[in-house]
Amino acid sequence: MAAALPKLAVWKFASCDGCQLSLLDCEDELLAVAGAVQVANFTEASSTVIEGPYDVSLVEGSVTTPHDAERIQEVRRVSRYLVSIGACATAGGIQALRNFTAVDELASVVYAHPEYISTLETSTPISAHVPVDFELRGCPVDRSQLLEVLSALLRKRKPDIRASSVCLQCKRRGNVCVMVAHGTACLGPVTQAGCGAICPSFERGCYGCFGPMETPNTVSLSSALHAGGLDDAHVMRLFRTFNATAPAFEAASRAQEKGDGRL
Amino acid sequence: MTHQVRDLTVEGLARVEGEGAMHVVVTDGVLTDVKLRIYEPPRFFEAFLRGRAYTEPPDITARICGICPVAYQMSACQAIEQACGAVVDPQLRALRRLLYCGEWIESHVLHIYFLHAPDFLGVGSALELAQDHRELVEKALKLKKIGNDIMEAVGGRAIHPINVRLGGFYRAPTRRELQPFVERLRWARDASLETVELVSTFDFPELEIDHELVALHNPDEYAITEGRIVSDGGLDIEVAEFLEHFAEEHVERSTSLHGRMIERGRYLVGPLARYSLNYEQLPQVARESAEAAKGLGRVCRNPFRSIQVRAVETVAACDEALRIIEGYTEPERPAVSVVARAGTGHGATEAPRGLLYHRYSIDHDGIIESADIIPPTAQNQDAIESDLRKLVEANLELSDHDLQHLCEQSIRNYDPCISCSTHFLDLTVERR
Repeated sequence: MAAALPKLAVWKFASCDGCQLSLLDCEDELLAVAGAVQVANFTEASSTVIEGPYDVSLVEGSVTTPHDAERIQEVRRVSRYLVSIGACATAGGIQALRNFTAVDELASVVYAHPEYISTLETSTPISAHVPVDFELRGCPVDRSQLLEVLSALLRKRKPDIRASSVCLQCKRRGNVCVMVAHGTACLGPVTQAGCGAICPSFERGCYGCFGPMETPNTVSLSSALHAGGLDDAHVMRLFRTFNATAPAFEAASRAQEKGDGRL
Repeated sequence: MTHQVRDLTVEGLARVEGEGAMHVVVTDGVLTDVKLRIYEPPRFFEAFLRGRAYTEPPDITARICGICPVAYQMSACQAIEQACGAVVDPQLRALRRLLYCGEWIESHVLHIYFLHAPDFLGVGSALELAQDHRELVEKALKLKKIGNDIMEAVGGRAIHPINVRLGGFYRAPTRRELQPFVERLRWARDASLETVELVSTFDFPELEIDHELVALHNPDEYAITEGRIVSDGGLDIEVAEFLEHFAEEHVERSTSLHGRMIERGRYLVGPLARYSLNYEQLPQVARESAEAAKGLGRVCRNPFRSIQVRAVETVAACDEALRIIEGYTEPERPAVSVVARAGTGHGATEAPRGLLYHRYSIDHDGIIESADIIPPTAQNQDAIESDLRKLVEANLELSDHDLQHLCEQSIRNYDPCISCSTHFLDLTVERR
């Protein structure tokens, strides 16, 4: 028998399943991936579960319940490399909007008996609970970036994932700047690249799925958005979506609440 | 007195989307309780939609489900456009239907080959199936990819499309961008027809359900994006009347809400309901494949046969997508204007798993005052529990292992999307 293949596990926390679906959506590469690793624990795709420890764990979703806060510790214990995938796992996700309000109030809006619900006050990224070896951004993650991270880890090299802005990818793609040319509000200048600048290619402004780039100048961008006619509440909502509690975006949205988010 | 107890536990039901549990109690050989427990963490979408702008729900509610984001986007757009009194142009309506066909193809093929077929073929996953039947899995992947690529061409991205907005799209695809799909969809329609033949060779456990079947109905087409809500019990209502006839109940074990028809009880949405209520509206090629499919019939009440229905619906979606692309001309404008006004709007479309209802109330500035979202898996929970009860009662002589497998398979019949329904599954069978 050939040498044992590295074991891959996929774990789900609070999420929409979209990031793990990205793996199944690698239609051209899926069977090659399945040939290079042992898919040891991936309950969405397989009822066959092989016991850990696992060489690579992909973790989707954020921590929102006391049970999940314990479960992530166990996942860390059985994982050699732990990679958090997607905006929920890397920044708390859309459900982190709860962090800006009282959770019992939210539960009473959705559920007739909020007392049946066991949930934490906050939605937090995986890195708030355990050491994470690599964070892959996106809502959802980009398929080719996911494959790059997997190949890099299997070859024991650093993943080639840049923390530069969507603007760079957008220019490379040859798009006309939607903000300059059409006055469309765009988070591209402060958002990390990786999606391929899809929104501007469809004549829409970036809405920040990949979270903040490294050293984003959100104050400058907020000022430009205000100059373009957006009020504080509108700019606040722009920063407060799928990466609302990523530190740079949270600071930017809170500044709008206080009315001091401009130059 | 000593009770005879049988106790079975499975942690983490596989090949479903999301997390949940099932509990079955058998006391002295008699089934005494069946409960589905959903432990997918609550995410409170309806609560944090309050105070958001009326333009945001298509992007925000897409994040409820990575498997069927288009369904959320389409129900949201329909509801808010209704509130604002906007009507989209026919070409934009056709583009929306095309995008939705892409999602049906992707989601149905994922379920047929990756989540459901392994049960009938006795393997743990499609990846295991690929070891002996690589060509079959490659064909499935190629078919699934066509669905995803349609979503990318029309929606910009397969998971959480970015090109959907109130009133239509940010940019309409060009004829040239869609033309290459003609050849691929002809292949896909043939591959789907072969899929109907393949899944019709499976052995289907016997189960006859009596739930009221509920689906959208549109006399002019197989209803996906719009229609009236009808049932085989004579219900025939406007989407806006939904909340007068359907209610959600919150039960202790679950972070999902159970749907019931007021004064009528459990009901079923999804492929079986759609197919049985709208057989006449299926495109001819899909109807012919259904007629040839062994054991299917014009009305399907065996949930195990839902895999055949999904395959027939995949034929329909490929045929529809082909028809739309062949007749496509670029619209004059990518979106109609949707101006905020105070009001309430209702939207319902057919997600791959069934009827998905949205309601929004907005103020005159376009800020959302309240929202209701009722996903298909929540509506089907009572039906799923009822089926489990029937199955367990009829199969008590099976070993714990086999009974457990049958229960798991029964749950997968519904392609339950647990991420959606919390707005499901480790399995416990307790025999006392």
